[in-house]
Formats: sequence, C-alpha cells, structure tokens
Amino acid sequence: MNRQPIKDNGAIDVRGLTKRFGAVQAVAGVDFDVREGELFGFLGPNGAGKTTTINMLVGLARPDAGTIRIAGIDCSTRPKAAQHLVGVVPDVSNLYPELTGFSNLCFCGALYGMARRDRQARARELLHAFGLSQAADRKFGGYSKGMKRKLTIAAGILHQPPVLFLDEPTTGIDVASARQIRQLIADLNAKGTTIFLTTHYIEEAQRLCRRIAFIVQGRIVRIDTVENLMRQADGRCAVQFAVSRHGAMLAEAMAAAFPGLECRALGEDAVSVASPESVHVGPLVRFIEDHGAEVFEARRIRPSLEEVFVRVTGIEAAAMRQDAERARVGGDL
Amino acid sequence: MNLRVALGSIIAKDLRAYYLKPPHLSWGVIFPLAWAGMFFIRSGSGLDSVAALLPGVIAVSVLFGTTSMLAVTITFERKSGALDRLLLAPIPLEWLMLAKTVNAIAFGVANAVPPILLAGCLTGFSGVAWEEVIPTLVLIAVSSAFTGLFVAVTASEVFEAQMFSNFFRFPMLFLCGLFFPIQQLPAWLRPLSYCLPLTYGADALHASIRQSGQMPLSLDFGMLILLSALLFAFSVRNIRRRWIP
Ligand SMILES: Nc1ncnc2c1ncn2[C@@H]1O[C@H](COP(=O)(O)OP(=O)(O)O)[C@@H](O)[C@H]1O
Ligand SMILES: [Mg+2]
Repeated sequence: MNRQPIKDNGAIDVRGLTKRFGAVQAVAGVDFDVREGELFGFLGPNGAGKTTTINMLVGLARPDAGTIRIAGIDCSTRPKAAQHLVGVVPDVSNLYPELTGFSNLCFCGALYGMARRDRQARARELLHAFGLSQAADRKFGGYSKGMKRKLTIAAGILHQPPVLFLDEPTTGIDVASARQIRQLIADLNAKGTTIFLTTHYIEEAQRLCRRIAFIVQGRIVRIDTVENLMRQADGRCAVQFAVSRHGAMLAEAMAAAFPGLECRALGEDAVSVASPESVHVGPLVRFIEDHGAEVFEARRIRPSLEEVFVRVTGIEAAAMRQDAERARVGGDL
Repeated sequence: MNLRVALGSIIAKDLRAYYLKPPHLSWGVIFPLAWAGMFFIRSGSGLDSVAALLPGVIAVSVLFGTTSMLAVTITFERKSGALDRLLLAPIPLEWLMLAKTVNAIAFGVANAVPPILLAGCLTGFSGVAWEEVIPTLVLIAVSSAFTGLFVAVTASEVFEAQMFSNFFRFPMLFLCGLFFPIQQLPAWLRPLSYCLPLTYGADALHASIRQSGQMPLSLDFGMLILLSALLFAFSVRNIRRRWIP
C-alpha cells in the first residue's frame, strides 16, 4: 500500500471545535492546526477534553460546533470522509482478546482494505519492530499491559496512515515499554508521519513534540513551539531544597516572607523556589533552619517545561500524573 | 479502499470468534430440536399435527437463532470497545452493519434445518413447496436479524440486550400466528400482529408447507422485505445517534 500524499500543507486544521455532554462542557471552542510531518502534542490533565477532541477528529463523536479539516478534507459534516488517511491508537487497548496478536493485526489491516499478503507481511514486520515476534501466536487477552499497548499501536499504524492520532500511548505501562514506544513514535515521525499525540507527561511532550497545546477544561490555554515555551522559562532561576521536614509549611511561610519568590512544596521533604531573577540561597537556608528543619541539599534546577506548564495552567504536574494514572487503572479493568 | 476485503474479514472473524465455537454450534442444533420435540410430542394427536406445527417451530427456531447471536456480536463488542475499531475504519455504516448481521442470518436459516429434518423423519415431505420455503426462511432470518439489530442498538449491556430481545420475542410467539391463526386473537391485538414481520413469515410458511396461508404469498414477501428495510434503516439511524455521540 502506498502512502497517500497530503494535499495542502495542513494535515489537521480545527476551528471552534465544541462538544458538550449534558452538563459537562468537554471541549469549549478549540482552534489549532498541525502541519504535515509535524509531531503535535496535546498536553493536559485528566478530563481536560483530549480524548473527546480526538474522537471528534476521527469520527467517533459528533462536534456541536466547529470545523475539522484533515488533509484538506472537510470532516465536520462527513466524519467518514478522511478515515482512510487516519490511524488511531485509542486510550484503551481494545483489540480482540480471543484473537492472537498476529490475527488482530491482520484483521485491522483488512479493515483498511489491505490485501492478504500485504497485511500479513506488514503484521510480521511490526511484530518484529515492537519485539513481539515471540508472542505473535498468543492470544491478545493474555498479553501484559505493555505488550497490549504496543500491539494496539501497531494496529493503528499497520495501514501506514499519513496522519496518526495517539491517545496517551504510554500511560500506565512499564518504563522499558514506554521508552520503546517513545522511540517508535519519534522514528515514525522522522519517516514523515504527521502525529497528534495526547499526553499528561510533560517530559514526554517536551521530548517528542515540536509544538504543544496546553489544554485545561476543554480550552487551549497556550499553544507554541517547545522552544518558545522553554524560552519563557529561561532567565528564570529555580532552586530545589531537600529538607528534613515541614515541606508544605515551609513553602507557605517562605512565600509570605519573600515576596517575589514562587515557593512550592514537593511533598514534605522538598521545596522548590523560583524567581525571575537569581535566587539568593543563604537567607533561604537560614530561614528554613530557623523554622526547625534541616537543609540537606540546595540544588539549582534547569528550567523545565514543567514550570512553564504549572505557571500557565496553575496545575501541579505531579498531581496531574497521579490522577491520570489512577483513571487509567480504573479504565483498564 | 477495497470494501470486499474489509467486509469479508469482518464476516470471517465473527464466524471464527463466535459462530463456529462449540457452545453456539451445539446450541444451534439442540435448541431447535428442543422446540421441535416439545411441540411435536406434546401435541400427541397423531402425525397430522406435526405438519400443522412445523411452520411455527421453524419460525421460532429462526427467530431465536438470529436474535441471540446479535446480542453477543454487537452488544458485547460495543461494551468492550472493539466495535469502535470498526467505526474508525473507512467503511460505510450500512455495509458495516450488514457484515455484522449476515452471519446471524445464515445462523438463523441453519437453525431451521433440525426441525425440518425431524418433521421429515416423522411424516415425510409431501406437498411442501421448497421453492417457496427457502426464500421464506431467508426472509424470516433477515427480518429477525434486523429486529435483533434494532434491539442490540438500543441496549448498552449484554443483559439488557437479552432482556429487550425477550420482550420482543416471547409475545411474537403468540402474536404472529405461529401455532394458531391470528383471527383467534382478540380484535384489539390484531393490528399489532400486522406490524410484526414474523406474522408474514409464519403465514408464508403455512402457505408453502401445508397450503394454509391466510394472505397472498406476494403480500407476505412484500411485507417481510418492507419491514426488514424499515428496521434496518431505523437501526442505522439509531447507531449514528447513539454510537457516535
Ligand atoms: N461520552 C461521554 N458522556 C459524558 N461525558 C463525557 C463523555 N466523554 C467524555 N465526557 C466528559 O468530558 C470531559 C472530557 O473528557 P475526556 O475528553 O475523556 O478527557 P481527557 O481525555 O482529557 O482525560 C470529562 O469531564 C468527561 O467526564
Ligand atoms: Mg483521555
């Protein structure tokens, strides 16, 4: 099967996309575009509207308002019009448990009209690339979480779609599989696949994507290249203190005592302090010691996308991670 | 896009994953035989009554055969999320639903075989117009499958699908003239009978097996086709509304 070329330069173009479920405004007027060959990240906490956005783009949900163009094709009113150009990796690994890994992939290839020989060859190739050759003839239902995730991704790219949607590809799986999946995503993109990736891992978005949209409560609060977002963090200074106790109390007291510093507790045994100018460590160490805690370490931290995200959205990254993982565990059962 | 490949694979996958599994296969033999045995033996009034009961027994077997399979192949896959994969594929919804029901139709027709064989052993076949029986069987299976589809689309849980489907199926046993003519029903129930496709299917079976139809065969076939088409169109419309929220 040959890769179909995308006309125009925009792979995905979305204007004013809106979706409400009863009382919940899941997506509230979202605009963005993804250029051909780009790896675009949708970063936001659990319930922000990431999956709903993907579902509307791929024809699994009907927008209340807004326009969607994929590869120049208007899909707002005809949700099936561009489905042949699109691959989707949903947030749950929903292949057929009673079929083997190999049969599952062949079946997915057939759904896109691939001839038997093509889909079998492609299935073998992908099983090999994902390190699943040994498990090819075992039933999907018996796979581990990481293996399920990898096979689900393979199923989404079997027909070599020019545009790929990945919904939280690495949530809730082991570190090694997640690393392998990130590498595969980067490789796919390098070979020219346009990728729309949702995630709540800031690191992942930062490492993989060229541009990122921050989405919170159905709205895009910021959309920019990783470079530009990071530039915002540049010039800022952040220091992390490892303390013996009272992290939360200290953060609060320091914020009151040193206006102009942003102080956050990272649990009970660490406090991070950020400022647009340089941070003087001496007074802070004395302050902590005066408040009955010891300072084990004061470390300057490289400005990260995480800080930008936290500042723009007001959402704590660690809380977001835990929340989404908890939701995933519940959803997979 | 090669639609033939896609639809063929869906049909083949369902066949392997559901229909050819031992429980369903044996169910497809045992259940119709049980119906047949129950009615033929209970009647006890000699072999004449076998021919009189055969149309009803066939209709029940086909109806229950098709509708029970759809609860599994559609409601279950929808619940597990696997059906989303089919909705994502570039296959028109109408074709997709035909591919998901065609096995149930074939399964339903196959369910007619055990009672027919049993009746044949008991009384032999004389005066049976096979060229009418066979298209009738297919049309009953089609209309039952689309009734089942209609129910499966409304239900979101497998148990719901089974419950709704019984809500339809059991009244049909006496509303559709399977074992006694609908003229014996109270007058106020009869309009309901004429809305149900199985009424025309049963009538066509009575006509082709023992020349005792109440309506012209062309009317039976016409109504079966019309009601099937309506049920299918309505189901697809519901799918668009409920499955693609
Ligand atoms: N089918 C649905 N019915 C009702 N509410 C829904 C449905 N799908 C999503 N929602 C709600 O819409 C919001 C956004 O959900 P979702 O798009 O799944 O978020 P995310 O993928 O970012 O975690 C949530 O509040 C969720 O509960
Ligand atoms: Mg989601």
